[in-house]
Amino acid sequence: MYEILRVEELAPKIKLFEVYAPEIAEKARPGQFIIVIINEKGERVPLTIAGYDAKKGSITFVFNEVGKTTRQLGLLKKGESIWNITGPLGNPSEIRNFGKVLCVAGGVMIAPMLLQVKALQEAGNTVVTVMGARIKELLFFKDEMRALSHRLYVATDDGSEGFKGLDFLKEVLAEEKFDRCVAMGPVPMLQRVCELTKPYKIPTVVTLMPIMVDGMGMCGVCRVSVGGQMKFGCVDGPEFDGHLVDFDQLIKRQRMYLPEERLSALLWELGGCGCGGE
Amino acid sequence: MAESKPQPKVKKKAVPMPKQPPEVRRHNFNEVALGYTEEQALEEASRCLQCPKPQCVSGCPVEIDIPAFIKLLREGKYEEAIRKIKEKNSLPAICGRVCPQEEQCQKMCVLGKVGDPVSIGRLERFLADWERARGFTIPEKAPPTGKRVAVIGAGPAGLTVAADLAKLGHEVVIFEALHLPGGVLVYGIPEFRLPKSIVQAEVDYIRKLGVELKLGYLIGRTYTIPELLKERGFDAVFIGTGAGLPQFLGVPGENLGGIYSANEFLIRVNLMKAYAFPEYDTPIRIGRRVAVIGGGNVAMDAARSALRLGAEQVYIVYRRSREEMPARKEEIENAEEEGVIFKLLTNPTRFIGDEKGWVKQMECICMELGPPDESGRRRPVPIKGSEFLMDVDTVIIAIGRTPNPIIQRTTEGLAVTKWGTIVADENGRTSLEGVYAGGDIVTGEATVISAMGAGKRAARAIHEYLMSKK
Repeated sequence: MYEILRVEELAPKIKLFEVYAPEIAEKARPGQFIIVIINEKGERVPLTIAGYDAKKGSITFVFNEVGKTTRQLGLLKKGESIWNITGPLGNPSEIRNFGKVLCVAGGVMIAPMLLQVKALQEAGNTVVTVMGARIKELLFFKDEMRALSHRLYVATDDGSEGFKGLDFLKEVLAEEKFDRCVAMGPVPMLQRVCELTKPYKIPTVVTLMPIMVDGMGMCGVCRVSVGGQMKFGCVDGPEFDGHLVDFDQLIKRQRMYLPEERLSALLWELGGCGCGGE
Repeated sequence: MAESKPQPKVKKKAVPMPKQPPEVRRHNFNEVALGYTEEQALEEASRCLQCPKPQCVSGCPVEIDIPAFIKLLREGKYEEAIRKIKEKNSLPAICGRVCPQEEQCQKMCVLGKVGDPVSIGRLERFLADWERARGFTIPEKAPPTGKRVAVIGAGPAGLTVAADLAKLGHEVVIFEALHLPGGVLVYGIPEFRLPKSIVQAEVDYIRKLGVELKLGYLIGRTYTIPELLKERGFDAVFIGTGAGLPQFLGVPGENLGGIYSANEFLIRVNLMKAYAFPEYDTPIRIGRRVAVIGGGNVAMDAARSALRLGAEQVYIVYRRSREEMPARKEEIENAEEEGVIFKLLTNPTRFIGDEKGWVKQMECICMELGPPDESGRRRPVPIKGSEFLMDVDTVIIAIGRTPNPIIQRTTEGLAVTKWGTIVADENGRTSLEGVYAGGDIVTGEATVISAMGAGKRAARAIHEYLMSKK
């Protein structure tokens, strides 16, 4: 059992959990993820690590309350526990002085990007950050990100704050030279970023979170086509060369269980939390 | 004419195993084989000739004294009979169910020359089930040695090592990467062949021996092996991480929706209990027409699970002929009785998807058998121009697994073969001092019992190593 030390609502339906997990905290590095199981009947959900504190023995992660599991997770309070957490999983990010790095984050992945930006900045990079969300209400960590970035751009899908969409990057990329781009967020966003950086041949690393079951190399459901080769998101990734990823296939694979996910969430809504109480 | 010696009457036919009828069992996940009653067990045991030089024992990878336990069973001394088995095998309820006895002990049985061999596995199962029903007695343990052993992986090899070393007085901690113990016994072998409650009971027994189980620890990530030895106070490590990574065919269209590795399919169904979705959160999508690629036990397990999940037609698609199928004969027969259709000498060449990226057809090519290959089996050769299309909406690829690479990648100095398996001698010694390995991680994909045999030998070697160390 893993005790929840802190719960923070960062934006509507976006929560941050700090959890006591000393063995994971000691080992975690930027770019890695954990598998969370809320109870005996729960699924194994991969979530990117957004922070760790070895001294305190804690890790933090941020999630969007969209499906049954994440909504159940969102109901847990400080002092309550999560049934099982396995990690850290996946390969850590490559962190060194690349020079000038463009970091693009969207949605809940803004949280692990903050960790990444901090590590890149400490390694001596000049970090230009773009953070985006669907609407301005879903943006969080703006001040923290600004403090760590050489420059911060904000974008929303509807233009309610900052730029509308990512098209503004065309100009930025035309004017400035970047040595590396790191992108974390929804797959369509990653795809767009890669389209934008490709003409400038900027090495672009994307974090992929395909559907996973075990998350440690057993099931192969997280397979992605990278440069025509079959790779496993969990053991070969989660970071890949974005210019080689077959995003169209990835998007289709991520939607494989959409009907079941909807059914599961709907039944849960109708039947309450399933614990028999309340 | 000298009077001929009266011959003891040999019962040529084995007592058949009571089973759920095929038309019933293909709709449920309950155990197929129901087990002998006491009467049936006694009758079957009476067939044993009690050979003075028993051949059966030489066929057993863990050398159980088979005639001795059968004799005790015959005399109604069930407690002593199960003790006799447990001298050599800590997990008889499991082995009695999933061992390929027809290839091992029963193959050597002299009765096999005139009729059916003695059903040794069924008798083992009878005794193990009898013991479980009345509750385990915990054997006496040797006094504590003060030595600590880390066992990586709670599968057949790891559980065996842990039980043996705990009995010898060592402190044992098992690190299991998944959230439940049992390894392939829980994620791979389906409920209808090995009920999970039985695995649970065996694991509980091992816990009662004082073994600590840590679940959700992926060694290589949470801790590395050098850390376990240098920083975490362990005197020895045993690696029993099994055959993990699924193999794919490498043909076009393999990443379409509806195409599973057997590992994914079985993990969803067995470990995550997707057959009980949405009560359990992990879903599975099963179509009307399912093709399982491969001819081993895993393929049979997947095909029979697919039937139970409601598929209308389930095919086994195998590139060689029936004779070369690596699956147990009993499992092939079970699958056939339940209605699985065998498409032999057939190999997929590509998968065709619909506009949503879901598989809808599979192109196959017909094969014929050529001269034997290095495995001794006749090599399948494609027949030019024999391609044809099969309508399918689910495909399960069960063509084998390779070792999980995480430990090998994170343990410096650990010798590994070109196939990714860990190099170890017959007693499990690896290239690193104090580090032992056994089971599929050493041999490549094999059987539960051979992993347990490797665990037995490694436990002995680890014990010697620990006791010789100051």
